[in-house]
Order: sequence, then structure tokens, then C-alpha cells
Amino acid sequence: MWTLTQIELFKIFRRPRTYIAFAAITGLIGIIQFGLKLDGDSYIDFMMRDITSSITVEGKILNGYQVCYIVLQILLVHVPLLIALVAADMISGEANMGTLRIMLTKPISRTKFLLAKFMATVAYTLLLLVWLAILALFLNMIIFGTDDLFLMKSQYVVLLKKDDIFWRYVWAFGFAALAMTTVASLGFLFSLFAENSIGPIVATMSVIIFFTILSTLNIPVFNKIKPFLFTTHMIGWKEFFDIKVNDANEAIIGSIQNPQKIINSALVLVLHIIGFVTAAIVIFKRKDVLS
Amino acid sequence: MQTIVAVKGLTKQFKNLSAVQDLSFSVNEGDVYGFLGQNGAGKSTTIRMLLTLITPSAGEVEIFGKKLTSNRNEILSQVGAVIEKPDVYKYLSAYENLQLFARLSGVKVSEEKLMAQLDKVGLAHRAKDTVKTFSQGMKQRLGIAIALVHDPKLIILDEPTNGLDPQGIADIRNLILHLSRDLKKTVIVSSHLLSEIEQVATRVLIIDKGKKIVEGNALELFDPSQTIVELQTFDNGYALQQLQVSAWNIHLQPQRDTAILIKLDRQLIPQLHRDLVDMDIQVLSLQPRHSLEDYFLQVTSGNQYVDTYSN
Repeated sequence: MWTLTQIELFKIFRRPRTYIAFAAITGLIGIIQFGLKLDGDSYIDFMMRDITSSITVEGKILNGYQVCYIVLQILLVHVPLLIALVAADMISGEANMGTLRIMLTKPISRTKFLLAKFMATVAYTLLLLVWLAILALFLNMIIFGTDDLFLMKSQYVVLLKKDDIFWRYVWAFGFAALAMTTVASLGFLFSLFAENSIGPIVATMSVIIFFTILSTLNIPVFNKIKPFLFTTHMIGWKEFFDIKVNDANEAIIGSIQNPQKIINSALVLVLHIIGFVTAAIVIFKRKDVLS
Repeated sequence: MQTIVAVKGLTKQFKNLSAVQDLSFSVNEGDVYGFLGQNGAGKSTTIRMLLTLITPSAGEVEIFGKKLTSNRNEILSQVGAVIEKPDVYKYLSAYENLQLFARLSGVKVSEEKLMAQLDKVGLAHRAKDTVKTFSQGMKQRLGIAIALVHDPKLIILDEPTNGLDPQGIADIRNLILHLSRDLKKTVIVSSHLLSEIEQVATRVLIIDKGKKIVEGNALELFDPSQTIVELQTFDNGYALQQLQVSAWNIHLQPQRDTAILIKLDRQLIPQLHRDLVDMDIQVLSLQPRHSLEDYFLQVTSGNQYVDTYSN
């Protein structure tokens, strides 16, 4: 199994297409960093325009933690496309090249073959998020320094102390990895049904867009299904940045306002991953390879 | 002689299409087993069922005396295959492809042996080049190196000469003969190029519309007493007149515009040649047609097309 996964990883990282996602993330973060370094104060003034009359914030609002949050808000919506580029190509790409039939004449069970491919897809997803973390968190900490994190929510503001932030990002990236693995497993499932990767990539993105619209629509008739859509739970990483307050309305260091919500979201995502991968194995074991 | 492949009642139904129907045959150790049929006859479907790429609707396959369904991995570890196009990873080098498939076959092969394998198929000098720069013939040779890298007992080649130039076709023919005669491998080779099968096969199976038409010893099927010779001369009209009044009249076949067809025992061809010279017929060519082709067209539905063109 490990040998198979190694082979799959070798194949993934020898393909030029794989590096599109890494280059795209580097480019996008680079542009954001450049813009904020050049004109970050104007951006912060714009962000704070409605509350400057009622709140005075001391310190450096535009710091590495702040920039990382801005980057994650922007990028985590688009990263699924980059994940789908590789995940949705895993089987369909082999069928398209004609290598699937050679692979399946080798003495490897189809379940092992598929699981090895999925493990390699997960490894790629994790590496992409590690790269995102390096650029969005660590590099921004170096470029913009660190300070307290000031977040504006829809109905309130959150101020996280400088020493109470890093661990939240570690968990947030972990949760994002889970969300992106769900996307990868969906793309992986779709890749069984086509002999080129365009179809599965479009199908994966269509499902995400469709479910995201359903998740965000505030129409009562859709409320019953929203908790079951994985897209509803993909933004669960933000929950790590909501903090509990005591009776004096002071922030409790190291706390999370609603940990149960995070656990529930993680469970829904894990169940989706298991469901997608199990479906893929069942279908693939019965599939006639005609390509 | 040990039976290497035993197929009983193999059937594959795709919705409304019967691709293979109740097919039974056996391949013995050391055979070069020619698998013949027109496009769509069910050759590739059968071969894919032997390699577990397609699940049969009914029937049973035993390879090396073991059921394929319950001993898949053990059996496939001793089988090498090239299925139609030799598709490999185009972004990897020839060496990397060979190494990768060797690992998948469960064998650890040293760099020296991998290079020796590439050398056997004439690709050692291109070992480090990516496959996307290779010609179709080179890809085919790499595909064969991959099929042989784990030293399998049974080699299955599905249309191995597809897309190859004459030199490439000759190379494949020589390779099959080398595998069979020198390395004592059992080879199943499917093709619609009848002349190629005729030159290498020891046993032949002909299928048509998914059904077995005939299976047997190649020498028995390619009956030399029924050889058709195509004669082209400067003046076919004159030649035909001369032949009709000679002892060769009984051998003449329904004629075509461009050639005179004569059916005879292969051994009589030198005599025919001498008589043509004696009759002062100026011969442009005297070409025996492949007897397998005639036999094949006789027993498959391809005969219909020949009749149409002949009229």
C-alpha cells in the first residue's frame, strides 16, 4: 500500500499541472501582500470606517495575523478549484492516457489501487494547505509583524490577544484541510465516470457552487437540508476565531465560543469523505475498463 | 502438454449488445496462440476479461490451473500484457516508466537489468528521454519492455502491430518468435493482420460476432493445397485464353480486372511458373495470396464484402 502511494505521489509531482495550484496560490498571496504593504493603511481605514467613532483600537491592526485572515477569507473559496484540478484527474486522467488499463493488469487489488490514489490526493491537498500556511501565515508574520487580531463580524467585533492567536491558526488550517479533503474526495468520485478530467472538474465545482448557494440562501424551505450539505460546514475554520467572554464582557484567553459546532461540522465533513470514498470503491470494483 | 489458459462458456453482455457469447478455448504451454477476428468481433473484450479489466457476464477462466476470479493477483503477477495502444506516462522517461511498472508488478529490478531490458527493445539510448518525444513504434517497444519486465510466463498482446510501420511490424513478429522459441513463453496474440498471425501462430482461434468459429492447429487451418495465386501479366486477356486451353483451366477462379486468380497446391507454383514462360506469357507478378486470409474470409462475415466487390 505504501509503495503504491509512493508511486502515485511520484506521478502527481512529476506532472506540470500539479504546480499550477502552488503557483496560483503564490501569485495571489504575493499580490495581496504587495497591495497591503503598499496601501494597507487605506484598506484598514476603509474596513474600520463605521466603527472608528465608537471604538479606539491601539496597536498595529495591519499585522501578519490580520493579513493571514484576509488571505484565508479570500482564498479558501477558490482553493477547491485548485484541489479539483488534481483530484478530479486521478482516475479520469489515467483513463484518458490509457494507463488505467495497464495499471489494472498488474497484481494489485482495485481497492488498494484506489485507496493509494486517494491517499496521494490527500497528501497533495495537505501539501497545498501547508504551502498556503507558509505563505499566508509565516511569511506575513515576517513581513507585517505580529500583534493583536481585530476581527469584524456581522454583529460584533472580536479582539484576540497576540499570544492567543497562533494556535487558532494551526487548528483553522487543520479544519481547512478537512474541508478541502472533502472537496478532493468528491472530485475523486467524479473522476471515475469520465475519460477526461474536464468533466469531473466542472462537475465538482458545479456541486460546490450549487450547494454553497443553497447554504447561503436565507429561504426557510432550504433550512432543513442546510445542515446536511458539506458546503455549510466548510467555513467552520472561522469558529476558531470566536472567543468566549466572561460576565464582565472580557475575553477568556484560550477559549472558543462554540466548540460543539466545530465538532459537528468536522463530523459532517468526515462522513462525507467516508461516503464519497466508499462509493468510489464500490463503483470502481464493478467498473469495466473499456478505455 | 500443460494447459495454461482454459476458458469455458465466457460471455459478455453490454446492455443490448452481446460482445462475447459462450466462448470456450484453451491455450497450451509454449503456444503462440493467434486470436483472429474482424473489428468488433469480440477479441479485445475477451482479452480484457482474461486480464480482469472487464467482468464476464457468465463463464469461467482458469489460468495456470487456477480460477482467475479467486487468484487474480497471483495469476496476474505471471502475466505480461500490451493492450492495443502502448499507453504509458508521457511525462516520465522510458526508464522511469519501466521502473514504475516493475514495482507495480511486485519485483525489484536493478538499474542494470532495467537498462538491459530497454536495450533488448532498442531504447537504451533514449532511456532518460520523456516518452512524449517518442514515435509510435518506440512507445510500442517500451510497452513490450514493460510487459516483459517481470519475466512473465504468459504474454498477452492485443493488436500489438497497431500503428506500426513495416519495420515495426517485422520487429514485433521477430520478438514473438523469440519469446516463443528461445524463451519458451506462452503468447496470446490478437490481430486483424492475418498475414502476421500466419507467420507466428502455432494455434489459431477465429471468432466472429462474439462466437467461436474455429479453433485449431495453424498448419491444419492454413491448408497449402488451397493456395490462391494472383497472376499479373502484360496482357491478361491473352494469358487467360492460353490458360483456359491448358491443363491449368481447372484451377482458374472467378476473375478480377487486374489479376488472374488460380487455386492450386502450393507445391505446383514452380510448375505453373515454367508453363507460363513456355506459353510465352509475359509475367509481371506471380503472388500467392495468404491462405489464412482466404480461410478467414470464408468462415467470417467478411466474406460478404468480398462478394460485393467481386461483382
